[in-house]
Amino acid sequence: MTKLLIGNLNDVDIKGSRKLRVGDTEIALFRLSSGEVLAVENRCPHKGGLLSEGMVCGSKVHCPLHDWRIELHTGEVQAPDTGHVTTYEVEVDHATGSLYLTI
Amino acid sequence: MTVKRKKLIVVGNGMAGVRAIEHLLKLAPEAYEITIIGAEPYPNYNRIMLSSVLAGGASLDEIIINDLEWYRSFNITLYTGHTVTSIDTAARTVYTDKGVTAVYDELILATGSNPFMLPIPGTEKEGVIAFRDIKDTQIMQDVSQKYSKALVIGGGLLGLEAARGLLHLGMDVSVVHIHEYIMERQLDEAASRMLRGELEAQGMKFLLKKQSEAILGKKRVKGLLFADGEMAEADLIVMAVGIKPNVMLARSSGIEVNRGIVVNDYMETSLPGIYAVGECAEHRGIAYGLVAPLYEQGAVLAKRLAGAPTEGYAGSVTSTKLKVSGVDVFSAGQYNEQPGTKALRFQDETEGIYKKLVIQEDKLIGAVLFGDTNDGAQLFSMIKKGENIKGREKELLLGLEADALASPKGNRLEGMPDDEIICGCNGVTKGTIAEAITAGGCTSVGQIKACTKASASCGGCKPLVEGLLQLYAGEAAVTVKEGICGCTTLGRDEIVAEIKRMKLTTVKEVMHVLSWNTEEGCPKCRPSLNYYLGMLWPEEYVDENESRYTNERYHANIQKDGTYSVVPRIYGGVTSPAELIKIAEVAVKYDVPLVKFTGGQRLDLLGVKKEDLPKMWEELDMPSGHAYGKTLRTVKTCVGSTFCRFGTQDALGMGIRLEKAFERLNAPGKVKLAVSGCPRNCAEATIKDFGVVAIDGGWELHVGGNGGVHVRATDLLCVVKTDDEVLEWASAFLQYYREQAGWNERTAQWIERVGLDSIKQALESPEERAALVERIQKTLSLTTDPWKQIVNTPELRKNFEAISLPETV
Ligand SMILES: Cc1cc2nc3c(=O)[nH]c(=O)nc-3n(C[C@H](O)[C@H](O)[C@H](O)COP(=O)(O)OP(=O)(O)OC[C@H]3O[C@@H](n4cnc5c(N)ncnc54)[C@H](O)[C@@H]3O)c2cc1C
Ligand code: SF4
Ligand code: FES
Repeated sequence: MTKLLIGNLNDVDIKGSRKLRVGDTEIALFRLSSGEVLAVENRCPHKGGLLSEGMVCGSKVHCPLHDWRIELHTGEVQAPDTGHVTTYEVEVDHATGSLYLTI
Repeated sequence: MTVKRKKLIVVGNGMAGVRAIEHLLKLAPEAYEITIIGAEPYPNYNRIMLSSVLAGGASLDEIIINDLEWYRSFNITLYTGHTVTSIDTAARTVYTDKGVTAVYDELILATGSNPFMLPIPGTEKEGVIAFRDIKDTQIMQDVSQKYSKALVIGGGLLGLEAARGLLHLGMDVSVVHIHEYIMERQLDEAASRMLRGELEAQGMKFLLKKQSEAILGKKRVKGLLFADGEMAEADLIVMAVGIKPNVMLARSSGIEVNRGIVVNDYMETSLPGIYAVGECAEHRGIAYGLVAPLYEQGAVLAKRLAGAPTEGYAGSVTSTKLKVSGVDVFSAGQYNEQPGTKALRFQDETEGIYKKLVIQEDKLIGAVLFGDTNDGAQLFSMIKKGENIKGREKELLLGLEADALASPKGNRLEGMPDDEIICGCNGVTKGTIAEAITAGGCTSVGQIKACTKASASCGGCKPLVEGLLQLYAGEAAVTVKEGICGCTTLGRDEIVAEIKRMKLTTVKEVMHVLSWNTEEGCPKCRPSLNYYLGMLWPEEYVDENESRYTNERYHANIQKDGTYSVVPRIYGGVTSPAELIKIAEVAVKYDVPLVKFTGGQRLDLLGVKKEDLPKMWEELDMPSGHAYGKTLRTVKTCVGSTFCRFGTQDALGMGIRLEKAFERLNAPGKVKLAVSGCPRNCAEATIKDFGVVAIDGGWELHVGGNGGVHVRATDLLCVVKTDDEVLEWASAFLQYYREQAGWNERTAQWIERVGLDSIKQALESPEERAALVERIQKTLSLTTDPWKQIVNTPELRKNFEAISLPETV
């Protein structure tokens, strides 16, 4: 397990996303309207759509290719579809706005 | 204790074999250790949809039915790209061409069929193919990039679908057919003639009563020679003249083979422990070439293998549909008249509708529908049931009563067995749908679609699904009201009225005040609310970028491989050498893999990486062509009086003026315009949302055309004299459309819904037009060029880049 400094809160728009690559893994970073920052693997379990390009609704992202819905807290695909994406822990230092990702 | 599982091998990773396995896994998930061996290098895909792939309706990825993960999750051993070369039936072992040996207890042969190639010289030449698998589809796509002339031999269902796809790919296509009329196995002459007319209107050509004799060319095909001595040029020849069951393997293994592999009602072949399903099998003398029967066979076989009771397979009545956009053809059962049958016909050449019912001993045994195929599913179900229709013949011919299925006496659906397929495209049975309603709590067709995929593809079975909903949900079904999406029960008009009445100004506020049942909406309602708010309050409303689709968020079209495309604005399609050099330089610098002209006469740079977009926009230093948005796309023009010897008016000038006027306009759907300089209409203005055609001393204004999936020719709105009037009417029409249509509703659908007359009426008075013009001008005055804005704003530009390499702490 490694903890990485990946940037600042301002790098991600609210209801927006950014992507980053750590080794071989591409990760999508989301900032919800609740203020939370969440990170998941940037690959839809259906056909590999880039989740970072999808629309964020509440705490779920809709894959841009065929509209599968994925809960960002747990990585669970929502019914009627099934599947799972890996989630990663993100910490926000509220004093400085720094974002830390554990991988 | 572990129970020893029996070994089951399937040869053929196609639709029938895998379908049987899917069924078996539901009935007896633990009974077998399963191995599937398939010659094609792909997981199981929907072969039917290859036609849609070719016609641009689906991508190859979308037609995979079971991806590799599916095989893994059921512990199925899969060998793709392996051909089984022999079976040792004594040692119960199969061998593949790549050296795999596998032992079985039970073996299923599902080898499908091979396309039939005409026995004429030259079929081995490059550029001569069949239409059967992904590989053929890819060849057609590749060839269309380099060559222009295609011939399709065979005017049946498959040939016409191939031809339609090749047209879509931009090729010049002729269909060669040996008979006097096309689809002679499904249609009679009258219907066939109507079909040909429709297809010719789409650009297809026909060479009828032509017997092919030899394929010309050295290495690559050059042309086709006919028995009558005539010749046709071709860069590609697609043969679609029939299929024959693929029985080689079975025959060489000593299994009884006739036309297909002979099976009994339980899909058993002549050897113990070996079964056959699908197109390779012959049951009671028939080898089927359609999906529905082989799904039924698969269900029986699965029951047999699971040890579940089954009455066996008794053969199928089949129906077919031509999957070509813009023409509806359906035929089912015994559609040709024979001694002892009677036929009823309805023919309306003005509307392009033809219906035929074939009746024998008071029972419906066949039907042909052309132009209006709505009744197809019901008629098909009556044919299968063999019910007595005495006294109801005319009613059936002229259209079933709309609620005939829902009425209490409509117990046709009630009596239907549970394993009967309702949705042929996705193989959903009546039982599955019934369960989704009774146990799964579905109360609308939309929900049933989401949870079973029934009616999710061609939609032909929707009436039956609705009937089942009535049957099982009764009252509950009638009371659900569907809003613009699952998040609300309110429709478009109610929402717009409430926004105005309460002066709601943000997406969040609308959802809150109008009690949305989701936290933050969905990709359907969010963009629509964003549009309605912007349309109603052009000055106050701040557009919500996060509520737009990917394409509009990044101002470029996302392509299937995740790259984007760039289309700079070129007003009226008129460019200059300097501008071309600039575009070419940028394309070279960024290694753009494909440059092509778009359907609307603009240059398209395809295959661009997202990170490169802002840099390319910056270097192009041209406005966005908005080729990605629900907005004005292009104004297509002909050369008009500037150069053309027929032109009576300046089409170029008018086109440029219109494009400059409406550039960047947000609309409910994409908007396309065209201007032609005379009634020859070279710019094809009569299939655009707003088309302008010059006539002597004035302009004709046309509206509501569409050249997309559902082709619709325009209606004439009015005729005007001056250029300024063209601008005035175009503005008024577009603003009225912006204010009245639902989000995502193109002008063509909108006009079909509200009627041309209501639009004419609304635009009739000069005062009303002036008010609309003023409102659209207000909106237009507030737009900015998105590319420039992004290029100049780091805050927006950052979203195009990945976060740079993180550092460890
Ligand atoms: C373009 C197109 C459009 C169609 N449209 C429709 C339609 O609208 N409606 C409809 O009902 N039907 C349609 N069909 C027909 C339908 O696709 C077939 O009926 C169905 O796919 C047959 O299924 P199957 O499993 O028997 O054969 P297939 O799906 O062909 O599967 C057989 C598989 O076995 C493999 N195989 C063969 N021999 C071996 C071997 N020795 N070792 C290993 N693997 C082997 C083959 O490579 C193939 O992948 C269409 C077909 C095509 C080509
Ligand atoms: S529409 Fe008329 S003016 Fe325009 S190119 Fe065609 S013939 Fe010439
Ligand atoms: S790839 Fe994500 S929904 Fe299909």
